[in-house]
Amino acid sequence: MGAGLGSHLHIEGDSLVHRLPAHVKLVALVSFILLVVALPREAHLARVAMLLTALAVVGLTRVRWRHVLARLVVETPFVVFALVLPFVATGPTREVGPFTVSHDGVAASIVLLLTATTSCLMAIAFATTTSSRDLVRALQHLHVPDRLVQILAFMVRYLGVVGSQSQRMKVARESRGFAPRSLGGWPVIASSAGALFIRSYERGERVHLAMMSRGYDGRMPVTDPLEADRRDWARGLAPTVLALLALVWVHAA
Amino acid sequence: MHVPDGFLDAPTSMATAVVAAAGVGLALSRARRELDDRTAPLAGLVAVFVFAAQLLNFPVGAGTSGHLLGGTLAAVLVGPWTATLCLTVVLTVQALLFADGGITALGTNITLMGLVGVWAGWAVFTSLRRLVRSRGLAAVPALAGVAAFASVPVAALAFTLLYAVGGRAPIPLGELVAAMVGWHTLIGLGEGFITFLAVGSIIATRPDLVHGARSLVHARALEIRTDARA
Repeated sequence: MGAGLGSHLHIEGDSLVHRLPAHVKLVALVSFILLVVALPREAHLARVAMLLTALAVVGLTRVRWRHVLARLVVETPFVVFALVLPFVATGPTREVGPFTVSHDGVAASIVLLLTATTSCLMAIAFATTTSSRDLVRALQHLHVPDRLVQILAFMVRYLGVVGSQSQRMKVARESRGFAPRSLGGWPVIASSAGALFIRSYERGERVHLAMMSRGYDGRMPVTDPLEADRRDWARGLAPTVLALLALVWVHAA
Repeated sequence: MHVPDGFLDAPTSMATAVVAAAGVGLALSRARRELDDRTAPLAGLVAVFVFAAQLLNFPVGAGTSGHLLGGTLAAVLVGPWTATLCLTVVLTVQALLFADGGITALGTNITLMGLVGVWAGWAVFTSLRRLVRSRGLAAVPALAGVAAFASVPVAALAFTLLYAVGGRAPIPLGELVAAMVGWHTLIGLGEGFITFLAVGSIIATRPDLVHGARSLVHARALEIRTDARA
C-alpha cells in the first residue's frame, strides 16, 4: 500500500465538481453529512434519498466507478459490524427466515449502512476532485488555526516522499530475502519503523533549516486566495439544501 | 478503530467535537514548548511518519496482519502535545482525502485516538518511568511498550462509553465492554510489542530524539582528539 501514497487520491478532471472552489466543497461536505447524521432513526426513505444524492454527486465528478468502488473498501469493517448488529442487539425480536433478529438491531444496521455509505461517497467525491494543495488553501481560507494548517500542509506535501522511502525500505528488506510471514518478522519491521522515524525527523530538521534560510518566520503567506461567487455557493450547497429539506420533511411528517 | 459517520448520534458527535477542539487548542499552545519554532515542519513530518507506520503491516499469522495505531509511540518519541497534533492531522487527512473515518465522527476519532490514546499511554509511561527511575535508558523501550499496550484497551473502553451514550442500537453494555476490551487487549499486545521494538531501535541509534528519554540522556560534549594513535 505504501506505493501510491497520495498520488491516486486526486484525479484531474474538468467536471462541475472539480471547478468548484475548495472551501465551498468543504463547507458543503461537512454541512451535508452533519444533516444526514441528524436524520431521525426511522427516516429510512430520507436516507435512501440522501444516498441517491451522494451517488448523483459522484456521478457528476465523472470519475470512473471502478475507482470509487476501490475507495469504498475502507468501509468494510463497519459493514461487518452492521451485519452482526441484528444478532447481538436486544429488544423485541422477529423471525427472518431461519434467524431470530433484534428489531432495533436491524434498524440500527440499516441506519449505519446507509449513513456510512452516503458519507463515504461524498468524501470520495470531495477527495477525488480536490488536490491536497487546494485542501490546504481551503482550510486556510476557513480560518482553521494556522499552526494546524501548516502541520497538515507539511504532511500532505511529504506524504509521497516518506511513502516512497518506506516503499524503498520494503524493497530493500525483500531483496535481502525477508518475507513477512510470522511473528519472527516483527523485529525487522519494527526496526524499519524506527529507521523511518529517524529519517522523517531528520528530513523535518532539514526542511526547517531550508525554510529558515528562505525567510520563514513561522507563518505561511497566502499567495493565491480562494474566491467564490454566489453561483459557486448555490451549486456547492445544493446537496446540503436537499438534506435540509429532507430533515424538515421528516420532522413535519 | 476509525469511527464512521452514522455510528454515534448527532449530539454525541457534536459533544466529542467540542472536546476534541478544546484538546487540540490546548495542544497548539503547549506543543511550542516541545519543539519551539520548528513545530510545523517537524510535526508535519512526524505526522507523515505516523501515517506511514500505520501502513506497515505486521503479520499475525494465518494470512492476517495488523497495523500500528501509533498514539503512544508518537507521544514517547515527540512528546504528548505534539503527538496530539500529529494524530489530529493524520485523522483529518484520512477523513478528508481517504474517506477513512467519518467527517462528523472526526471529533470522536480525535478524542479517542489523539486525546485518550495519546494521553493514556503517556500517563502510564511517565508514572512507570518514575517508578523505575534508576534503570535509566535501557528501560525506556519496555516502559513505552507497556504504555502502548495499556492505551489500546483504555481507548476501546472510552469508545464503549461513548457508544453507551450515543449508540444507535441497544447492545447490552456489559457484553459490549467485555467484547471490546477483550478484543483490544489482544490488539494492545501487538501494539505494545511493536512499540517496544521500534523505540528500542531508535534508542540504539539516536536516543536524543526520543522525547520520553530526553531527561535520561547525558549531553555529551564534542570530544576533539588531537593525538592520533598509530
